[in-house]
Amino acid sequence: MAFRKDLLLISSWIKPNTTVLDLGCGDGELIKILIQEHSIHGYGVEIDLENIKKSIKNKINVLQMDIDSGLSEFDSNSFDYVVLAQSLQVVKNPKNLIDEMRRVGKEIIVSFPNMGHWSSRLNLLLQGKMPVTKNLPHSWYKTPNIHLCTIKDFLIFCKDNNYNIIETSITNNQQKSNMMVKIFPNLFGAVATFRIN
Amino acid sequence: MDNSVGTVKPKIMKSNSPLKLISGKELGTVEIVYETYGELNREKSNAILICHALSGNHHAAGYHENDEKPGWWDNMIGPKKPIDTEKFFVVSPNNIGGCHGSTGPKSINPKTNKFFGSDFPIVTVNDWVNSQKILMDCLEIPAWKFVVGGSLGGMQSFQWAIQFPKKIKNAIIIAAAPKLTAQNIAFNEVARQAIMKDPNWKDGKYMEHATAPNQGLALARMLGHITYLSDESMGEKFGRELKKSKLDFNFDVEFQIESYLRYQGEKFAPNFDANTYLLMTKALDYFDPVKDYGDTLFQKIKASNTNFLVLSFTSDWRFPPIRSKEIVRLLMNCKKNISYAEIKSGGGHDAFLMENHDYFEVMSNFLSEN
Repeated sequence: MAFRKDLLLISSWIKPNTTVLDLGCGDGELIKILIQEHSIHGYGVEIDLENIKKSIKNKINVLQMDIDSGLSEFDSNSFDYVVLAQSLQVVKNPKNLIDEMRRVGKEIIVSFPNMGHWSSRLNLLLQGKMPVTKNLPHSWYKTPNIHLCTIKDFLIFCKDNNYNIIETSITNNQQKSNMMVKIFPNLFGAVATFRIN
Repeated sequence: MDNSVGTVKPKIMKSNSPLKLISGKELGTVEIVYETYGELNREKSNAILICHALSGNHHAAGYHENDEKPGWWDNMIGPKKPIDTEKFFVVSPNNIGGCHGSTGPKSINPKTNKFFGSDFPIVTVNDWVNSQKILMDCLEIPAWKFVVGGSLGGMQSFQWAIQFPKKIKNAIIIAAAPKLTAQNIAFNEVARQAIMKDPNWKDGKYMEHATAPNQGLALARMLGHITYLSDESMGEKFGRELKKSKLDFNFDVEFQIESYLRYQGEKFAPNFDANTYLLMTKALDYFDPVKDYGDTLFQKIKASNTNFLVLSFTSDWRFPPIRSKEIVRLLMNCKKNISYAEIKSGGGHDAFLMENHDYFEVMSNFLSEN
């Protein structure tokens, strides 16, 4: 089976035999990759029971909890990594959650779809409509994405809160990096992934 | 009968070696009545132990001859059901101290040749696991593939993982808690008082007097029953509905809920035993492995390879989700493989006995993948 490329990137940042907490784990794919590739011990956290069922079917440890109400079930510094893959935009209070992730994990990994991508900008500029793009496919009235941001927004957010970014990866819609993405990440980057300690 | 294990007959295991209890007392001989469903495979690797709750017994699935109602967990256990008897060999015992055939207060005390009655020693969850281990050895089962239980049964499943970590591959702990709260114990105490204040209690020797404290036992059951249901489910089922069209301004049964509770109590009491009820509630009250084992609990659990599934139900207020999460947290801190799901249900604590698509699918997935 082909794994999601953005998850493979996250996997490449994770050291073997560590502990990982994956928030919004879906069907448990990231944890599955990490077990296969790095023999980690990990748990996925999900709110959706259908995803819980799939994770259990995938033999992944999964805990049904609502990350919007914090990570109080987890002790401080109890995981080597806490990951939030492409879910930052759906949480109610991103700052609270990131603070909680930093409390629970020694290192955190956050990725999100970049609202500054040219396709979103064009949508709004030319059509005057809320962007509906490959990475953000929902109409404004039924989108789960309530806290969308651009890469620039996120960098300012990290600076304001003294989050120390130690690694960054920006990729295009094909989950690759190229010259354009490197020169104008906020314009050509589709997905941004950050490692923060 | 579709998807049923069909007609079943209980079996009896007799052990003549004494069973030492946590209290320091001893049972000279032990009899355990149990049922089995499905076949043990050649590798002896497909055995599931079912642990029953407070008022349960060994008759979990199928039908006894001439019975119209199946066992208490028939919706869960059977061919193509979550606990699939085409794949698994299911063992369902009645706990010692019970009143359905295993050594208990209704048995004859060999020392006195009289009924044990209230002389039956207090048994703990730990003792039950020890007695279930005797049954396991007797059936020549090297290890349980799964130990499954709800409520007090879930506590036994948890206890198995602590007590015999090498003998249990997977534990399913449903609607349980790592220990009772003061409120839980308070409910149990009222139930016990109801029994012991019954004029037919006779210091627990009622069988010698050919009577039984059935009024008290029925009251205990009524109280228990309220805590097994949710406000929501009671409201839906009965609301403020009256038996007659208008109020009578007296103390007879007027509301439907009163009638229902009385019926539940009256139906329960003649088929149960008051001493057993006391014993079961005590076992609940005493259960507290974190305190019992102290720091060694973590070592014990860490040393095990058991995978865990913990389930709770949203409307359960006897052992609400927050209590199950205490178990989850403990196991997570021991770096165990554990999954946890909170099933939406209006059924209250009793939801673990009810058919529910989500609940059953989660169970099926865990049972088929581990």
